[in-house]
Amino acid sequence: MTQITITVNGKAETRDVEPRTLLVHFLREELRLTGTHVGCDTSQCGACTVHLDGRAVKSCTVLAVQADGGAVTTIEGMARGEVMHPLQAAFKEEHGLQCGFCTPGMIMSAADLLARTPQPTEAEIRGALEGNLCRCTGYQNIVRAVQTAARTMAKA
Amino acid sequence: MIGASVKRKEDGRFLTGRGKYTDDITLPGQLHAAFVRSPYAHAKIRAVDASAARAMPGVRAVFTGADLKAGGVNPIPVGWLHAGINVAEHHAMAVDAARYVGEAVAVVLADSAATARDAAEAVAVDYEELAAVVSAVDALRAGAPQVHGNAAGNVAFTWQLGDAAGTDAAIKGAKTVVRQHLGNQRLIPNAIEPRACLASFDAANDELTLYVTSQNPHVHRLIMGAFVLGIPEQRFRVVAPDVGGGFGSKIFIYPEEVVACWASKQVGAPVKWTATRSEAFLSDSHGRDHETEVEMAFDAAGKIVGLRVHTVANMGAHFTLFAPAVPTYLYGTLLSGQYDIPVIHVSVTAAYTNTVPVDAYRGAGRPEATYVLERTLDIAAGTLGVDPAELRRRNFIAPTKFPYQTAVALQYDSGNYAPALDKALGMVGYAQLRAEQAAARAKGRYIGIGLSSYIEACGLAPSHVVGSLGAQAGLYESGAVRVHPTGKVTVLTGSHSHGQGHETTFAQIVAHELGCALDDVEVVHGDTAKIPFGMGSYGSRSGAVGGSALFMSIQKVKEKGRRIAAHQLEAAVEDVDFKDGTYFVKGAPGKQKGFGEIALAAYLAHNIPGDMEPGLDSTSFFNPSNFVYPFGTHIAVVEVDPATGHVALTKYVAVDDFGNVINPMIVDGQLHGGIAQGVAQALWEGGVYDGNGQLLTGSMMTYALPKAHFLPMVESDRTVTPSPINPLGVKGAGEAGTIASTAATANAVLDALAPFGITHLDMPLTPAKIWAAIQTARGGH
Repeated sequence: MTQITITVNGKAETRDVEPRTLLVHFLREELRLTGTHVGCDTSQCGACTVHLDGRAVKSCTVLAVQADGGAVTTIEGMARGEVMHPLQAAFKEEHGLQCGFCTPGMIMSAADLLARTPQPTEAEIRGALEGNLCRCTGYQNIVRAVQTAARTMAKA
Repeated sequence: MIGASVKRKEDGRFLTGRGKYTDDITLPGQLHAAFVRSPYAHAKIRAVDASAARAMPGVRAVFTGADLKAGGVNPIPVGWLHAGINVAEHHAMAVDAARYVGEAVAVVLADSAATARDAAEAVAVDYEELAAVVSAVDALRAGAPQVHGNAAGNVAFTWQLGDAAGTDAAIKGAKTVVRQHLGNQRLIPNAIEPRACLASFDAANDELTLYVTSQNPHVHRLIMGAFVLGIPEQRFRVVAPDVGGGFGSKIFIYPEEVVACWASKQVGAPVKWTATRSEAFLSDSHGRDHETEVEMAFDAAGKIVGLRVHTVANMGAHFTLFAPAVPTYLYGTLLSGQYDIPVIHVSVTAAYTNTVPVDAYRGAGRPEATYVLERTLDIAAGTLGVDPAELRRRNFIAPTKFPYQTAVALQYDSGNYAPALDKALGMVGYAQLRAEQAAARAKGRYIGIGLSSYIEACGLAPSHVVGSLGAQAGLYESGAVRVHPTGKVTVLTGSHSHGQGHETTFAQIVAHELGCALDDVEVVHGDTAKIPFGMGSYGSRSGAVGGSALFMSIQKVKEKGRRIAAHQLEAAVEDVDFKDGTYFVKGAPGKQKGFGEIALAAYLAHNIPGDMEPGLDSTSFFNPSNFVYPFGTHIAVVEVDPATGHVALTKYVAVDDFGNVINPMIVDGQLHGGIAQGVAQALWEGGVYDGNGQLLTGSMMTYALPKAHFLPMVESDRTVTPSPINPLGVKGAGEAGTIASTAATANAVLDALAPFGITHLDMPLTPAKIWAAIQTARGGH
């Protein structure tokens, strides 16, 4: 067991973990933050995407010990109280989700894109989401949601 | 409210990470299951040595297939039986032999998932490898390895429909006969949430609770309780909480769920299992996998005079729940499409193979039928020298011919096909596009235009019809409306949402009918402890069947309220009307009662008719009299790069007739996702086994799911022909996109390749396949 401290959604969390514990399992099982999902075992689906020190990572491909001392933001940390993040609001507005399983990872990846590229083209959005698989939406309304969020965030 | 693109009520929890999927549920003291799976496609199990695994710290138990059988667990039954079908016993874990790679052989229960997996690797199984057979065509050859002892020649069943002699005569007498072999490759569903279950036996009350990724929790309870495990239904609760997509793959009763339930009772602790994606590839039922010979006969005017179809269907190693229905009644009956075809004959031979079982996957039989018809029509258009749109139009069933009795059993209640075709042609700018295509070809660019005019029979299903065809249960649906004393409403539906948005659309129906606010309606689904009964969601049935059951209950509640209102307003019942949430006496302004007042009165029971029971609720079962028949035309436009074989899907137009639409935003969403899956079959996806039965496409690295940048924005529109068989006038919309888009896309690619003299290639139309075909056509190798 190794002791680690990770700041998750602004709160420092210290736990003893097996060295092989993945960051996603640390979040889901140790902290019971189950908004971050696991959809595959080969780092393709992106359902586990979170932000680590401000960058989107697939938390199934990061060991918890690698995140020691770092700051993680999960889907649970995106809203400000009851006020949803513009991406969350836009996904609802544009019907960018159906079953909701890929949605947290999709939003975290999209947030990473908008942080780097505030006004992306449709092609840039589609390209940036290539590491996130959705089986329900055909991506159409996800792309629209990201476009809508980009507009909202530009006005803010 | 009905017809409005209301934003979804369920979105809040999903967007903030508060959705509750099966794997998100943790019970105190739960153990984790890991399965030992066969690495061989076909092997005799000589012995299982679990001593090393049992000795590992944290391991609580190891069970084998033989343990389960000895423990009284029955085989998993089949829910649809044909005459003469050879049903081989399907045990939750292999007892004597494993029949596909991934079949469960033993299970380890341990304190953590990681420990369970470590221990599963320590279970030593002594296999005697046997010869395996992978393709259905090979399985039916003389001398092929036998998958089951009781299915000689690996024939699972044979089935036919239509007029064999009449079709033979029509083909012999035809001016032109188009013949083609068509492969419809195996698909692997890949809902993004892997299957999971958590079973908890409560010894104190002798009750079992199962949380499971299910599209139909009541069906799970009935079959597992009554047939497999022998648990009384009243002491067995099945909960399908938030479910992350299904596409058919979460209909069936899976071995892992059976094992978890049984094992929980054995060890006295909750047992949880969540599939890894690798396990999902090897254990979720697959879809499609047909090999078809088609003959379409035409007269001199380009009218179809007969159609003969013979299909070999791969069932995999076992029948799962609906499997026998998929390549038969959900397939052969759709072979008339939108066309007036006087005689049709379809025959199907279904084979057992050493592969993952094949069952319903989005569309289930209907995409296969549409592909056969629409691909063949395009080949025929080339042969006859007729424009593909014109050839379709020439053969459409005339709008005056409805109700139309097809040559393959179905009676279409309604339809009007030319307007949808015309609309789609207009949207895509067909004439202009054909001119651009010709101009581009002259410059060495290969644009293709593909049409698909589809029909679907969904809203499964009239119980008496499916019962007569072999279904072991009817396919009605329940819907209960509970009006609370405050006038707020709880809806209990036997339908299940795993992405379709029932919590919104069903609330819309109630709000529309009762004149209340959407937020005053709560829709409950997915829990056998709360909902009377239900058949679940598949076959595009939620709105047409589940919504109709709900509608019936609303009417009963409204009518009871009307009687209370008449009593209180001292009016005759027939003089009382209901509008926008208010009962009022016709022609007497001011004499009125709000729905909330009446609800309260129903529960206070101080002032209701003397012969009336207090309370205000109703449960209804809707048993449809027919299927519903959505239809439409989709058009795909592609450009093929002849240097690489790469296909770019540049435009996609969809015109669909779903009858009345409750929530257009949600229906469009269903359509977009369905189209993506259908396009993916045409261009990218395919489950591939090697000759030894090893799945070569066993991960998301090797199985090509569509990504965001593979797809364009779909342009969609609708025509509206309400269904006459349900009170909402709705048809199903969940599968139409998939049913239409595979053929449209494949047709577009082959249209692009026409200048090379390539008339057909089997899907998926990958760059390598296209490039090779172009090289061959150009006289290369």
